[in-house]
Amino acid sequence: MLEVKNLTKIYEGGVKALDNVSFTVEPGEFLAVIGLSGSGKSTLLRCINRLVEPTEGQILWDGVDVTAANQSEIRLIRRKIGMVFQHFNLVSRSPVITNVLAGRLGYVNPALSIFNRFPKEDTEAALRQLERVGIQDQAYKRADELSGGQQQRVGIARAMIQEPEMILADEPVASLDPVLAHTIMQYLETINDEDGVMVLCSLHFLDLVHRYADRAIALNEGIMMFDGPPKAIDDEKFKEIYGKEAERVG
Amino acid sequence: MKKKTSLTRSILIGLGVALVIIVYAYGFQVTKVNFEETRSEKRLEQLIRIIRALAHPDIIEFDQAEVFVEVPVYLPCPEGDIDYPEPDTSGPYLVLDPYCENAGEFIVVRGENFIPGNRGPLNFIPPSGASLTMGSFEVDAEGRFEERVQLPKRQPVAEAQIVRAIARQNVGAPYFTSVAGSTFEKIIETIFLALLATTFGTIIAIPLSFMAARNLMSDVKSPLMSVSLMILGWLIGIALGYLATRYLRLLNDLLADNTLMMIGGLVLSVVVALFAIRWAVSTEEEEGPGLGLRAARILAMVIAALGFILATYLLADLLYLLGDYLAGKLGPFDFIGYFIEQTGAALNIVTPLLAALAGGAVVGGMLSQFGLVLSGRLSSSAAKVVNFLLAAITGATLLAIFGAMVEWLYQFGNPVETFLIPAAVGFVLGGLLSLRVGPKDLLPIGSVIYTIMRTLLNAIRAIEPLIYVIIFVVWVGIGPFAGALALALHTIAALAKLYSEQVESISSGPLEAVTATGATRIQTIVYAVVPQIVPPYISFTMYRWDINVRMSTIIGFAGGGGIGFLLQQNIRLLDYRAAAVQMLAIAIVVASMDYISSALRKRFV
Repeated sequence: MLEVKNLTKIYEGGVKALDNVSFTVEPGEFLAVIGLSGSGKSTLLRCINRLVEPTEGQILWDGVDVTAANQSEIRLIRRKIGMVFQHFNLVSRSPVITNVLAGRLGYVNPALSIFNRFPKEDTEAALRQLERVGIQDQAYKRADELSGGQQQRVGIARAMIQEPEMILADEPVASLDPVLAHTIMQYLETINDEDGVMVLCSLHFLDLVHRYADRAIALNEGIMMFDGPPKAIDDEKFKEIYGKEAERVG
Repeated sequence: MKKKTSLTRSILIGLGVALVIIVYAYGFQVTKVNFEETRSEKRLEQLIRIIRALAHPDIIEFDQAEVFVEVPVYLPCPEGDIDYPEPDTSGPYLVLDPYCENAGEFIVVRGENFIPGNRGPLNFIPPSGASLTMGSFEVDAEGRFEERVQLPKRQPVAEAQIVRAIARQNVGAPYFTSVAGSTFEKIIETIFLALLATTFGTIIAIPLSFMAARNLMSDVKSPLMSVSLMILGWLIGIALGYLATRYLRLLNDLLADNTLMMIGGLVLSVVVALFAIRWAVSTEEEEGPGLGLRAARILAMVIAALGFILATYLLADLLYLLGDYLAGKLGPFDFIGYFIEQTGAALNIVTPLLAALAGGAVVGGMLSQFGLVLSGRLSSSAAKVVNFLLAAITGATLLAIFGAMVEWLYQFGNPVETFLIPAAVGFVLGGLLSLRVGPKDLLPIGSVIYTIMRTLLNAIRAIEPLIYVIIFVVWVGIGPFAGALALALHTIAALAKLYSEQVESISSGPLEAVTATGATRIQTIVYAVVPQIVPPYISFTMYRWDINVRMSTIIGFAGGGGIGFLLQQNIRLLDYRAAAVQMLAIAIVVASMDYISSALRKRFV
């Protein structure tokens, strides 16, 4: 179980990205995080694996205080959290398989990994993960030779090879067309259903939220405006989350 | 309103123009610009002479042989018409004006088609075959000469006698001059000088560039406890590493009498070290190991490190012996023996340095980790006490070392003051720092390292290699090695700065993604940073190799070997034809380097 308690993040320069945010996520839950651009969704997800240092508040994951972990402890926590990004964040000049194997870096021996030596099981696992997302034939191509949808699949394979207990997906489909968006979301759904991995996914489109999420939380300028099932977002709630002038599309 | 602004504008512009004129006028005076001098006839004459010399580089020459160029002369003029032969204009020939004259009179001898610069005697040959000198000739740049000579006072003879010019002529195939030979030798030396400087500079610049990149260093933060322990750990580790090499050196010297023992020792120490490493380094770690296992692993690593150091020493000595043996046996490939020998010598020098650095890194890393854990476990008040002690001790140690360095440099001869006072000041400063910061605050240690690194690189880069070479000449003697070291030092600073700017401009996404997988900082650099910076690094290294070739052509001016030495020598000796050869060689090498490096850059980038 993930417990976020009174989480606040103030960036240098005084911008308050998160303001006293609290919620819990049950194991195996698919949680959507919605809100306008700049509402603090990315900051929230990055606080959970401490890519961004929270200013105040506490994050407990299965009883372990993530916010109090030191540098070597946070590495052990991070390797159990897979992360998927809007812009895929692949190393474009490296082969696909190396990008996937990067997901094992928290497990393998640091000294050997520097020389690009991975255990045989890891290489096999990487190929298996690529097969799972249907691009095993692209394994030895350079990452930037792949299309956007294929690159995001590599991103998912990289997260999955971590054998994660949680996936943080930061607008994973915002750079993709609607058809590809559903494909990628279905992979996340499968991971959530079959492997029982907790998924925290920030999304722009409400129809995707309705279709895939068990529960949604909404942020507006760092303040949590909503916590409940996606169906409960009616027109009134919608205006609260997205502002008075907003209109529903899709 | 508008008019007023335009008026002030005009005044400002006028003032600006006046200022610019003043600046340049002063510049003319300071740089002693003198256009009258450029038109002075004497100077122009010298200039033309030098330019002509430069246009005739002393590259090839011919063997020369004496040739007789002859023409008939009548003494006195014969009666009636005579059949005077037309000169053969295909080679050098003489024309007399007139071709007959009374004894003791003057005639003009003109020469054509001679080799410019040729000199020789003009002789009169009577029928007896004796040779009477009438004068001498000097050929001008167009291959001509004209001399007025007096005919000898002799009895009149009816038949033709001979005027002979003894000239020199090129014979056989052209061959390279000794100047061309030595220039070739030196230009090769120059290219390799630049190659070595670039290679060593690059190897050292790469790790430094990561430390001088803001985006990698700015989020490196550590509590005071960890920082103090890390500094102490580095110092202890450096001392331990250095001591270890000294004792292993002694052990090595015991074995050194017998080559077989050395080979055996080398194999044994490598095997032991590899086994120790293999055991200590497991491929995957699910959870952190227990304390006992951890201690055993550290012990194994220490054994492995000692094994490697001993192995390096043995290898160094073996290489030295092998090189020495080969150097006399390989004929034209003797240089390979020399290379092996020098590699051995270099290993001997570098090993203590590397061992000290490795020891510092390992002990520093371990203690810093320990500090991190300790900082997390201790209560706030306990942490404050430990912080105070550690910071004070660290401050005292650092300043005491600084004091010792000052003492060594200035030789005050007062060890108590130069040692104890800085130590006390350091103790107080460290203690004060620990009181200023909260017990568990994270200090921006990365930014501190970044700033120190940047300052250091800028300072080193600010001084030209031509100045460094003066220092290195004192250390290693006049020659290309001093030049290579000077260029390498400058290359390190310049490349590390250029590289670090490339690291700062990489896209941060992959960095974030790899960090999120739980990778360590070094893993993140290897997997997210390195692939992104390979093309610019190659490009900059090429560019630097280009610069180093150009730089190494003049590093010889200050005693750094290479072609600059010859060039300077010839300019000083006013031998401009020889200097022209060296300039030509530099131009060819720099131009082809430019071409090669741009071709390579296109391929890789």
